[in-house]
Amino acid sequence: MTVQDIVQALGLEVLSAKGETDRPVTGGYASDLLSCVMAGARAGHVWVTLQGHPNVAAVASLLQLAAVVVTEGAPVDPVTVQRAEENRLVLLTTPQDTFTTVARLAALGIQGGAPGPRRP
Amino acid sequence: MADLPWIAADLHLHTVASACAEPEMTPPAIALRARELDLQLIAVTDHHSVENVQAVRQAAAGLGISVLPGMEVQTREEVHVLCLFPSMEPAVQWQAWIWEHLPNLPNREDFFGPQRVVDAAGRLLRKNPRLLQTSVNLSLEEVIARAEGFGGLAIPAHVDRPRYSLFANLGMVPDGLSLAGAEISRHLTAAEARARFPQLQGLGLIQSGDAHRLSEILRNTHLLLREPSLEEVRLALQGQQGRAVRCP
Repeated sequence: MTVQDIVQALGLEVLSAKGETDRPVTGGYASDLLSCVMAGARAGHVWVTLQGHPNVAAVASLLQLAAVVVTEGAPVDPVTVQRAEENRLVLLTTPQDTFTTVARLAALGIQGGAPGPRRP
Repeated sequence: MADLPWIAADLHLHTVASACAEPEMTPPAIALRARELDLQLIAVTDHHSVENVQAVRQAAAGLGISVLPGMEVQTREEVHVLCLFPSMEPAVQWQAWIWEHLPNLPNREDFFGPQRVVDAAGRLLRKNPRLLQTSVNLSLEEVIARAEGFGGLAIPAHVDRPRYSLFANLGMVPDGLSLAGAEISRHLTAAEARARFPQLQGLGLIQSGDAHRLSEILRNTHLLLREPSLEEVRLALQGQQGRAVRCP
């Protein structure tokens, strides 16, 4: 399963790093709290969120995620796209909500990773 | 500058304009509690409302307590930001601007509680029918920059909290965002906060009660100031011109 497979199956729009969509996707993670993502997402995961803040690009790059899907057509800051492009991070967007997006990713066989530590 | 006085402050508290505040958070009760605690400076920071600020100012007049107008803003990222203003006029203009960016939803009083606008004696004048405690359609960066543009001071609120906070929601201070300071909650010391979040090193920190009931008002922020004004608070947070801030 590659990022390109997900893009096609879910009809996602690619906002950045169009040349990197051949990356393998090893699992998935969904949260809008970036502190949780930092603790719970793993390299190679696709991250589903409705945050479009520039820190999304920073966190996803830091964790070497395969891609980020921004759901519900949430506003993606132009700086986020720019940072994603600079870091060769594939940023994807969809009008569908997070639940639907995750359900469709799961139907493709993408699974959640090891649970992160519990938050205080 | 050794002749400057230390004053005690709590720069984050709610009144009955916030649906989540207890009914006891009326202007006279807040003023009396602030006097009991020997606070010289408080800020009234309701959720997206400055409607009760003037009433608290009137209630505190004569008690030796200065009251800064303020507001707790919830950004698009659900980060809470403490916005403080030097006087009522920019605060009222700020409220009008914020309301333009707040979704127009009715307050479900039975669920959230009433949003009471009261006079200096705590008597009900009206209720705000609009849901105040939800996110504005503005980013953290927009809120901070625009608050500064209105002459205000905007700092991330209760940054150590597991929700509605800069570090919980955004993981880190965004690249390129210059903070004037930060607020920590009552749950840890400034040293613990700086150890847990190294990005707080070098930032002036205040510790506030975020009081939703009278017993939660804190006397933990101490400011070395010439006078209890917003400009002096700004200097204290930045440690400039002999001004300073300390909290436990």
